[in-house]
Amino acid sequence: MAFTSLSDFIAMGGYSFYVWLSYGVSLLSIILLITNSVFKRKKIFHQVEQRLQREQRIKAAENREDIL
Amino acid sequence: MWKWLHPYAKAEKSYALSGKLMPWFLVIAIPTFFVGIIWGLAFAPADYQQGDSFRIIYIHVPAAMMAMGAYSTMAVAAFIGLVWQIRLAEMTVAATAPIGAVYTFIALFTGAAWGKPMWGAWWVWDARLTSELILLFVYLGIIALYNAFSDKILAGRAASILTLVGVINLPIIHFSVVWWNTLHQGATITKFDQPSMATEMLIPLLIMIVSFASFLGLMILYRFRNEILQRESHRPWVIALVKQSLKTNKRG
Amino acid sequence: MFDAFVQIVRKDLLGAFRQQSDILNPIWFFVIVVTLFPLGIGTDPALLARIAPGIIWVAALLAALLSFERLFKDDYIDGSLEQMMLAPHSLTWLVCAKVFTHWLLTGLPILFVSPLLAVFLSLEENTFWALFLTLLIGTPILSLLGAIGVALTIGLRKGGVLLSLIMLPLSIPILIFSTMAIDAASFGQPYLGLLALLGAMLVGAITLAPFAIAASLRVSVS
Repeated sequence: MAFTSLSDFIAMGGYSFYVWLSYGVSLLSIILLITNSVFKRKKIFHQVEQRLQREQRIKAAENREDIL
Repeated sequence: MWKWLHPYAKAEKSYALSGKLMPWFLVIAIPTFFVGIIWGLAFAPADYQQGDSFRIIYIHVPAAMMAMGAYSTMAVAAFIGLVWQIRLAEMTVAATAPIGAVYTFIALFTGAAWGKPMWGAWWVWDARLTSELILLFVYLGIIALYNAFSDKILAGRAASILTLVGVINLPIIHFSVVWWNTLHQGATITKFDQPSMATEMLIPLLIMIVSFASFLGLMILYRFRNEILQRESHRPWVIALVKQSLKTNKRG
Repeated sequence: MFDAFVQIVRKDLLGAFRQQSDILNPIWFFVIVVTLFPLGIGTDPALLARIAPGIIWVAALLAALLSFERLFKDDYIDGSLEQMMLAPHSLTWLVCAKVFTHWLLTGLPILFVSPLLAVFLSLEENTFWALFLTLLIGTPILSLLGAIGVALTIGLRKGGVLLSLIMLPLSIPILIFSTMAIDAASFGQPYLGLLALLGAMLVGAITLAPFAIAASLRVSVS
């Protein structure tokens, strides 16, 4: 352990701002990358779902017309 | 080898294969991430010159290395895609570019935040930072070009061509920037070039590099699967996949 | 094969001379940009001579960007680009003719007006020759690099800004080596080595770029 106490660890030998800023921004950008990728996947699934439902509705409407 | 590889040129097969590979990358990336970051932040000894500010190295160096690694991946994929006309390789190019851009951004930002206490300025026209900045521009150019095409097959091919043009140009850019830098500033800023690191400092760095590399692999696979789904969204296998996920969602 | 090359050069030159503003406007722009700097920075001759290489080269880059739109656009719109792709000659070769003509119409005029700029920015004779030589070697590379960008973006509606985003980072080495050569000349140092490097880059660009341009055109026009 390079630090004696928790406050010592957070102070980072006087460089706390720069160290935690770098780690924070890096973590944030990686989280953004992950959410963007996951969101994209969800969006694709949602689009396909909507298309399927639309097709189903069209088919159902056609069937009804046939009966009439 | 081609006979063995050939089925994976089919989108459905490689979707399944990359799905099988993803957990392995995840299993490597997450433990190494936590071990490396805790070791680097709390247990590695402070640098006798730079004090605790040197702990930024544990993200700066892996991010910078893997930014280049991502570009090499793209270059190889672009070459394969253009020469053997394999569309999946072009999808890999498109999938990798945003990850490379994020890594480059991280390397740049941490470099600046490290530079402020060390050099007294957020931005110094240091050769490495400058060529990283240009690498970021190249990445953004590739992403912008890919997004500008509405036909994603053409987009993949255009992005591949630009990637290959960049791969010839990037070494020239790096070389020219290094030379330009030494001429303009003299060799004042070489604090990054420490002759050798103490082992206790080096091990967490290596662990972080492994972590960043496997995270890169993981994200490439994930985004690659996205690209496949996007382009094959009218195929029966994708529709079956969506129906299945609908069912499990309703149950849960 | 050489016939086709000459034919394309002649056709493009004729077309350009019928619409002279197309040639003149980028040059005009180049001169105006260079004129703006002394107005903005001040007229101290020593300062101007110090920053002149950078000013001139950045202005040349911007002027080149403006002129690229003409490179394939008209041919793309009137369909002669598709004809070129169907022609029996290799597209790579025909593309060389297009780029060569583009350089004749934009790079060469910049060389002609460079003495004027040397006077504006109080360059000495030795420095001016270095500037002239870097422009002579560097502008063809710009034309070749730009042609790749144009070929990639030609089918897009908003290709203009994208072209500059793609092309400017790639042209950084030319900017660096050219201004270094001019700087060296202004300090009375030899700059032949830097010119040789630029020359090597030109040779590399001439051999590789036409293939990239042809491949990009095949992507864009389909």
